[in-house]
Amino acid sequence: MDDILLTIVSVAGATIRVATPLVFAALAGLYAERSGVVDIGLEGKMLAAAFAAAAAAHVTGSPWVGLLAGIAASTLFALVHAYACITKAGNQVVSGMAINILVAGLAPTLAIAWFGLGGNTPSLASGARFQAIRLPFVDLLAPVPIIGPIYAQVISGHNILVYIAAALVPLTGWVLFRTRFGLRLRAVGENPSAVDTAGVSVVALRYRAMIICGVLCGVAGAYLSTAHGAAFVKDMTAGKGFLALAALIFGRWLPWPALFACLLFALTDAMQVRLQGTPIPGIGVIPVQFIQMLPYVLTVLLLAGFVGKAIAPKASGIPYVKER
Amino acid sequence: MIVRGIAVAGLALAVSTGAAQAQSVPAVIFDMGGKFDKSFNEAAYNGAERFKREFNVEYREFEISNEAQREQAQVNMVRRGANLVVAIGFAQAAAVTKNAAENPNVRFCIIDSVVNAPNVRSYTFKEHEGSYLVGMAAAMASKTGKVGFVGGMDIPLIRNFAFGYEQGAKAVNPQIEVFQNMTGTTPAAWRDPTRGGELARSQFDRGADVVYAAAGATGLGVLQAAADLNRLAIGVDSNQNHLHPGKVLTSMLKRVDTAVYTCMKDAHENKWTAGALRLGVAEDGVGWALDQNNRPLISADMERRITEARQKIISGEITVRPYQQ
Repeated sequence: MDDILLTIVSVAGATIRVATPLVFAALAGLYAERSGVVDIGLEGKMLAAAFAAAAAAHVTGSPWVGLLAGIAASTLFALVHAYACITKAGNQVVSGMAINILVAGLAPTLAIAWFGLGGNTPSLASGARFQAIRLPFVDLLAPVPIIGPIYAQVISGHNILVYIAAALVPLTGWVLFRTRFGLRLRAVGENPSAVDTAGVSVVALRYRAMIICGVLCGVAGAYLSTAHGAAFVKDMTAGKGFLALAALIFGRWLPWPALFACLLFALTDAMQVRLQGTPIPGIGVIPVQFIQMLPYVLTVLLLAGFVGKAIAPKASGIPYVKER
Repeated sequence: MIVRGIAVAGLALAVSTGAAQAQSVPAVIFDMGGKFDKSFNEAAYNGAERFKREFNVEYREFEISNEAQREQAQVNMVRRGANLVVAIGFAQAAAVTKNAAENPNVRFCIIDSVVNAPNVRSYTFKEHEGSYLVGMAAAMASKTGKVGFVGGMDIPLIRNFAFGYEQGAKAVNPQIEVFQNMTGTTPAAWRDPTRGGELARSQFDRGADVVYAAAGATGLGVLQAAADLNRLAIGVDSNQNHLHPGKVLTSMLKRVDTAVYTCMKDAHENKWTAGALRLGVAEDGVGWALDQNNRPLISADMERRITEARQKIISGEITVRPYQQ
């Protein structure tokens, strides 16, 4: 019994840690796509932010400066994407892909030039990283069965960015469905000419959405290199941007379902870590390759059978040109 | 015979000062993970740098960043005039086999794999012997009777590390529990420190208090996780004790640096021969690291027992079984 609880608690803790960057990136994508800009450059922006954050945190010794640097780098690329897609009405997929490829080369090149460590940044000292926060009452609740360990390891003991991610989901829901900005954002993603006719600037709205997207990607990247990890490593996003995009589609462009999709991806990842080499009663030890296949199988199954039709914002991917 | 050797060497020296072709033009091709992975590739880099310092000979280098580049990188080096190509990592074996056949005048060295060709020298290591020693250290340092292992890519070579480690740990404490995790099945598993950290954390959560990482740059995440959670980790390939002083119990040294250095030096001095060399504890090809960073962690008793085991492996009293058999 204790063993099972320990396993569940440890898997849940890992799930939250792995899901956090996905949540930030998925929400970033949500703002972009809701406004009608397809952003497959989430990956590149996260990578740029991860590098900038690790570099700045290493130089200044402060994770907050690192976070700001990460946000700045990511927002810069978001604005590049915005300029190409909104102002110049370019192809959004091409621009996003260009950012991914550019950053994949640029970040390690700068890292080699500045730090001479073969495309990585130096390991950060503990003061230059976001540290785990111990919530109050951990010791008080420790003797309580079940709730004690869950509170100590699943709810407490994460860094500040994890809690920010958790708070961002309801916040995004509120912004999107309860504010004027949210209404206009959704409208501009569905029918930009109607918004334009009403006298609201499509361009300004989409730019604002892209800036939010850049900021959130920046936090996701900073989380990877200064909170979860302790340095920038070449290609460290490892497809997380695309995974977040999948979670967004999975979640039908809604904040709460997107959160659950991110948690699901992270859970399969955490389970995979735990199942490896552990004999399962009645079956024995499952080969590693089979376990590593599970997240993908699950994705295909869920997409095919359970989610239903995912309908994207109508104007998503189409540049808005006034006179058509 | 010796006299003739000296004569040849003298002749080579005379020629090399006169004509550029006879000079050794070495090239080193690092594998995925990068030359500053603080582990396997970095050991190779240190060996190459040592050669450069001592003989004042420049070498060309290339870091593989995707799998398709290996063969092309070797071809490029040969085309640009390299007559000794040092290929780091088992994954380059296929490319070496092909290129060695096509360029019989170029010498190749390969680390961690065996290629049988008249112009290839292969270095492999008895990782299981070195891992046995650090496995003993882990078992003696563990208070919970549980230790862990995090491997990089799931291949027999890495299983060999795990197998030796387990034997060493069980030699100290037959009841010990050894958790094993592999990071992945693709070369990306060599550079995923966050995943390495998560794997280590899951083992720490299960009660392990020493975790051995044999995973290239992924291992850095394992070491970081151990430092964060105030547990112990064991480094690999290079001496990684300095990365988190007091939190790295020891490092399993795999002297890739010596192999690379010897290969380049022999070619430079015209003493190079083809063939397969397998370096174990006896040849000082593998071992364990003890320096001022982990001195407080290793008690006199631990040091004595590990040194004794080392002697017994050399004398054949202890046989450490490799995974591949």
